[in-house]
Amino acid sequence: MDAIFLQFLNGLDKGGAYALIALGLTLVFGTLGVVNFAHGALFMLGAFCAVTFNKFLSYELVVLDETKKTAWGTAVEIRTPYIEAWFGDFGTQILNYSVPISILVAIPVMLLIGVSMERGLIKHFYKRPHADQILVTFGLAIVIQEVIKHYFGANPIPQSAPDIVSGSANIGAWLGLSDNIVYPWWRLVYFGFSALIIGAVFAFLQFTTYGMVVRAGMRDSETVGMLGINIERRFTVVFGIAAVVAGLAGVMYTPILPPDFHMGMDFLVLSFVVVVVGGMGSLSGAVLAGFLLGILQSFASMNEITSIFPGIDQIIIYLVAVVILLTMPRGLMGREGVMEE
Amino acid sequence: MKQMLSREPFALLAFSLVILTMPIWLAPLGANYPDLLQKFTIYAIFAMGFNILFGLTGYLSFGHAAFLGIGSYAAVWSFKLFTMNVLPALFFGVAFSGLFALLIGFISLRRSGIYFSILTLAFAQMCYNLAYSVLTPITNGETGLQLTLQDPRIIDRALAEPGKGLPSTELFGLSMSGYSGFYFCAVVLIVCFFISRRIFYSPFGLTLRGIKSNQSRMNYTGFNTRPYTLTAFVISGMFAGLAGSLLAVTDPLAGAERMQWTASGEVVLMTILGGVGTLIGPMLGAWIIKYFENIFSAFNPETLQSFFSFLPEGLRTVAVDVSSLFVGEGWHLTLGVLFMLIVIFLPGGVMEGWRRITRRFGGGSGTKPASSPNAAVQPAE
Repeated sequence: MDAIFLQFLNGLDKGGAYALIALGLTLVFGTLGVVNFAHGALFMLGAFCAVTFNKFLSYELVVLDETKKTAWGTAVEIRTPYIEAWFGDFGTQILNYSVPISILVAIPVMLLIGVSMERGLIKHFYKRPHADQILVTFGLAIVIQEVIKHYFGANPIPQSAPDIVSGSANIGAWLGLSDNIVYPWWRLVYFGFSALIIGAVFAFLQFTTYGMVVRAGMRDSETVGMLGINIERRFTVVFGIAAVVAGLAGVMYTPILPPDFHMGMDFLVLSFVVVVVGGMGSLSGAVLAGFLLGILQSFASMNEITSIFPGIDQIIIYLVAVVILLTMPRGLMGREGVMEE
Repeated sequence: MKQMLSREPFALLAFSLVILTMPIWLAPLGANYPDLLQKFTIYAIFAMGFNILFGLTGYLSFGHAAFLGIGSYAAVWSFKLFTMNVLPALFFGVAFSGLFALLIGFISLRRSGIYFSILTLAFAQMCYNLAYSVLTPITNGETGLQLTLQDPRIIDRALAEPGKGLPSTELFGLSMSGYSGFYFCAVVLIVCFFISRRIFYSPFGLTLRGIKSNQSRMNYTGFNTRPYTLTAFVISGMFAGLAGSLLAVTDPLAGAERMQWTASGEVVLMTILGGVGTLIGPMLGAWIIKYFENIFSAFNPETLQSFFSFLPEGLRTVAVDVSSLFVGEGWHLTLGVLFMLIVIFLPGGVMEGWRRITRRFGGGSGTKPASSPNAAVQPAE
């Protein structure tokens, strides 16, 4: 029982990442009708925002301390990050919280990247067949990935979570279960964060006038355009929002998985499966399928299950995708008439 | 000239001539060595087979590399278990990939459009993940499947005492390394060209094109399209398996990374670059990519320095810095940029570009006859 509950928790953070990426993919698909294979690259770029911010903060001031000598008789050099040298303890705190703070950096950066990507490239592909859209964004993803690889190297760059959440939470004790259920704090934070973002996106679409127009545009952009609304500009903004959502998912995921240049692709393939399982064009389907597949994946990696079906943890997501697509042609919550004809 | 080329014997003759003289006409381009020539022919087969599916039916498979990998594994196992002769290896490679294609195609082809792409991708990723993890006894996991001295090789051992050291692949005594390997692959490529040409101009091929342009209409006219698309899928899977086993013939080693989805993406790129739905376009695409991969990835800062030596100092540094992004390790960046440029500006690929040029300079005679395949990309929906 404890083990099952623990696996359920383990699935939540991965599911959160899948859900966030799939949400962005679905938003872009639902509004612009574009199948964006570069969405994983946006996730990766978000993660590298955090890396860059951290790198920037930890530029070090090097001074020689003449009072201490090394074994060679030379002065000992003391390295302190500039931010600590300038701001003292406050600087240390900033460095400690670099991952959450880099959210502030990531939002404008990702918005800019998203909007320029839409205006510069995707715009020209609205009317082209889906195969062309897949291919051009696939090419773009390769380009982004290689540029990142060139500047940051091929090795993963570990990032640390703030000290206050570096340990594990004793969730079992809270819920009156056994003491064996401990769960890393940061993963709990990640789950909460992804729930927050998802809620914010849904609230934006559901409760604001802007969101209402966007939803109307998803249904029938032509009619909305005839009513005198510049729907294309709103869709550009939606693309930017999708980029920000993917980027934030990447920023917060860095303490869980050290970012490297191909993390975007790894997640993209899975997120596409998530989107298709949830149903093309259905936002709540994407979120549901994201968490569902994340949790299923962590269940499948339990020892009890891998001993019966060896290797099931490697293929469970694809297997589920195949089964769902064959039994429910529109995915879990897909609408009629999306991507058909 | 054009009329003559459209007649089968001439077309075959011309094609064979071009392929078999590759070592001669590639020499000035600096590509005349057996390793690269073998790759040219093998990837041409792969792309040609992929084109039978994507070019004719419009179904975009994102998991074709799985068949390449399966072909390689089957061929290496044939070397290990039976004989170093390459013919059984080719047979097993084609048979196994055909079998898998039948299975995967049967399931995936129930859906079309992006769903089909995702399904094939899912299957390929399953094959890849399994080959890496659970199937290690069969695939030897990360190390890759290799020949060893202790392999049974039943047939070879029954016929002769095994020599010392690892045996090499052979065709009735003719070793399959170097140029003889290339000529063997070239002959296979010519056979494949013949088959794919026949498919293109057969009623079957025309049916497939009908499916590409409007599947529902085909259904209304009373065609059950599923068997046709499935046949196309299996044939193109078998081509991929053949290419995979030829990879194993020229270098008896099979690794799971051949099945990764980036490899599937590469064959899509080759086909697009050359020209989707044209007979020789995908082959040209494969050649261009493999050629530039070879050239570009061999570049290093020193060669760039000497290349830009005509520029003044400051400009040279800038030029070297910028271009070093694109060569050597960064070859994939070039590939990605190329990919985007082709899709944006020339969706018909090299063949489309060629047609535009001939139309501009050749006046009316440059226009293609009506029987030529239409290069426009259409999704299967």
